[in-house]
Amino acid sequence: MQLVVNGREHTVDVDPAMPILWALRDTLGLTGTKFGCGAALCGACTVHLDGEAVRSCSTPVSEAVGKKIATIEAVTAGADRVGAAVQAAWIKHDVAQCGYCQSGQIMSATAFIKALPRGKQPTPEEIDTAMAGNICRCGTYARIRAAIADASRSLV
Amino acid sequence: MLHNIDPADLPRALQRLVTHARGTPAALPRRSFLKLAGASGLALGAFPHVALGQTAGAAATTLKPTQQPSAFVQIARNGEVMVTINRLEFGQGVNTGLPMILAEELDADWSLVRSRHGTNDVAYADPLFGIHLTGGSHTIKNSYTQYRELGARARAMLLNAAAAQWKVDVATLRTRAGTVLGPRGLKTGYGELAEAAMALPVPEKVTLKDPKDFRIIGRPTQRLDAQAKTSGKQDFGIDVHLPGQLTAVVARPPVFGSSLALVDDSAARAVKGVKAVLRVPLDGGGEGVAVVAEGYWQATQGRDALKLEWDASKVEKVDSEKQLAQYRELAGQPGPRKLDADMAPLATAPQQIEAEFIFPYLAHAAMEPLNCTVRLGDNRAEIWMGSQSAGLDAAAAAKVLGFTPEQVVVNVLMAGGGFGRRFSSTSDVVVEACAIAKAARTAGLDVPVRTVWSREDDMKGGYYRPMHLHRAKIGFDDKGKVLAWDHVIVAQSILTGTVFAAFQVKDGIDASATEGMLTPYPLPMRLTVHHPKLNVPVLWWRSVGSTHTAFVMETLLDDIARATKQDPVAYRMALFGDSHPRHRAALQLAVDRSGYGKAKLSAGRAWGVAVHESFDSVVAYVVEASIKDGQPVLHRVTSGVHCNLAVNPRSIEAQVQGAAVMGLSTCLPGSAITLKDGIVEQSNFGDFTVARITDMPEFAVHIVPSADPPTGIGEPGLPPLAPAFANAIAQLTGKPLRQLPFNLA
Ligand code: FES
Ligand code: FES
Repeated sequence: MQLVVNGREHTVDVDPAMPILWALRDTLGLTGTKFGCGAALCGACTVHLDGEAVRSCSTPVSEAVGKKIATIEAVTAGADRVGAAVQAAWIKHDVAQCGYCQSGQIMSATAFIKALPRGKQPTPEEIDTAMAGNICRCGTYARIRAAIADASRSLV
Repeated sequence: MLHNIDPADLPRALQRLVTHARGTPAALPRRSFLKLAGASGLALGAFPHVALGQTAGAAATTLKPTQQPSAFVQIARNGEVMVTINRLEFGQGVNTGLPMILAEELDADWSLVRSRHGTNDVAYADPLFGIHLTGGSHTIKNSYTQYRELGARARAMLLNAAAAQWKVDVATLRTRAGTVLGPRGLKTGYGELAEAAMALPVPEKVTLKDPKDFRIIGRPTQRLDAQAKTSGKQDFGIDVHLPGQLTAVVARPPVFGSSLALVDDSAARAVKGVKAVLRVPLDGGGEGVAVVAEGYWQATQGRDALKLEWDASKVEKVDSEKQLAQYRELAGQPGPRKLDADMAPLATAPQQIEAEFIFPYLAHAAMEPLNCTVRLGDNRAEIWMGSQSAGLDAAAAAKVLGFTPEQVVVNVLMAGGGFGRRFSSTSDVVVEACAIAKAARTAGLDVPVRTVWSREDDMKGGYYRPMHLHRAKIGFDDKGKVLAWDHVIVAQSILTGTVFAAFQVKDGIDASATEGMLTPYPLPMRLTVHHPKLNVPVLWWRSVGSTHTAFVMETLLDDIARATKQDPVAYRMALFGDSHPRHRAALQLAVDRSGYGKAKLSAGRAWGVAVHESFDSVVAYVVEASIKDGQPVLHRVTSGVHCNLAVNPRSIEAQVQGAAVMGLSTCLPGSAITLKDGIVEQSNFGDFTVARITDMPEFAVHIVPSADPPTGIGEPGLPPLAPAFANAIAQLTGKPLRQLPFNLA
């Protein structure tokens, strides 16, 4: 099977039903994407599939064929303008505690900001709705809110 | 846990721990003995391992792996300072806090300071307890002086090296941010002096800075792992990837402790990528089937294909409803007393309150599921895991493997939360992973094996905050003066059967079950405790006893204040009197900053107040809450925090907010673990509620200034959140809440 991950093509020999998460983590060695629940309940495994945030633990690799997968490693590598702004805001606000959920939080936040109409600043309610699928057991929510607002301001 | 140990008990406790850990009543190992028996300072027992600099010929720009396994600080030629933390970092920020403390006395250039985890090497034991322990909000409190002394000694060695090099009196030298400055404009970086300093003796005595000269401690400081944790680069235990490594998952008994009646693994073995199917002993006398495969997905596919029959005929099948009835019945029986007082005034008291409280089992539900990787050799095992107790875990691993603890290395790795679960009293996670690795090796798989728990395994697999029943009968006069308070607690004991039992379970009462009762209020209380035995594994859980005692105390005091028409803040202040200045200061700060009693609240909102001391720190909350569509909503929280010296105020803010969110979780519908016929009914975040961003209130943290040695902060923010919230809701409904999660019915 051919997968395009972070702009590179990979041939993987796995069960088409295997969730993208395990192809990334166990087959390709990209461990920045995290396993939290395996059931689309926590958001830790969020990646972008053709730019849209999806839960990679519950999306089979077969669905990614012919599409582009982007993971935390690429989105925060610098070239992605929104990803870079979100990461910078995350660092500035010192959001992470244990950090385990934060790859998923950043991927959800980045997809959310990218989907906003040009120049539009999100309301607090919109931020909460967009991030409601991402659990942080360490309770970093106050700083996540502040970082998202800050990142979207910085992108105007 | 353990915060109320009498220091006089320590040597005895430590001996017991070491004996227990080794499984034989052998003499203490000489190495540990020397460390532990230091007359003047158990607390400093581990400090002499100062390794500076690098071996000759090492690359100038990268830090080499440590030359001394027990090193705490290494300075590379390029000036980078690597500080090893003697704890597990799992979100609480000690991998920044401990380096800040050391760097302060070292007078380091903060931009060149890095940190890393240690191992089960005895040097990394808690300097006060003598065992490896991340828990009880102890890290900064117990290692504050230790890390200051380490930094000061390293600095003294660098100064001596510079004095020798320049042939000047050391008294003429100063340091500034990683540089030694001498007369006539002489100056040189720490990195250039490191090798020469390494050759000098460690000084016996050093003078520590006056806190007023601190320039790193006390400054809001960004976490050292902020970059790694926002780029996918931070490795956690679950990310370990060794050459040839396989992954195991385990089919666990649905009822704790059951055994296997029938195993048909033919279909499982046929799954592509599955390498072995192994029957393994599990925690608590149970049995399980491990499926070892190329990766996690293949292993779970194999597990799904197993046909298993379990025999639960010999184990107890706990049922939450029946358990509650049993606890109620027990509460009416006489039992051992933690506190005693004259209960005669109860009969004649002008006012009375009778209350019953119910608290469910709770899962820790850390974001990173439990996992442990083991690489076995003939006479050596190497383990990678996020462990809160590397020494006891190594000893437990050694026992399973037939090794001595010295043959086992535990590499402590960053963990995605833990909240107590990564220190289990039986070391269940590592014991199981070792049993699997051993069985795999016997089956011819001589490779590292990573055992991973699914979320369902993690949630159903036990080690919960115990279920509790509290009953109170309180008599008081019309001014709110308590005349008699008769109180009963029913709960499984957490510490019985653990290494801490010897000094934490006295006269049949587990100290962790009653911590947080009474103090600091001067009340005539009789406190009876019952510890029924059930086969549900229980464990400390962030803030331990205070998860329930704070709720009971702080809501009941509010009830008394309401019944006698007193302001809940004024009522508490009067009880504190002059003897609890830290409680007063924390509460007053929260009151002042929240606008309590002055600001007008939005329609439908009410104030709620609570204050609680745990782990030697005091946290007070003033909250605003309302009821929307029949559900309590928390809008705003203002906190006053007293944890003495604030080493990293930014980290304290994060810990208080995080602990409060965990406390908020316990109030939400669905935040309970229940059992039916011995089987845990919840399995994942769909049926076990944890707070989400939509539940998050506005939140301000205010810290009372202090220069006294720091106290704990990882846990103290949790206990007062639920009662403050409940008190606000009770203001609105006129009916107190007696249950977590909240039940307005
Ligand atoms: S791991 Fe995919 S949503 Fe939780
Ligand atoms: S930072 Fe630990 S789970 Fe979010």
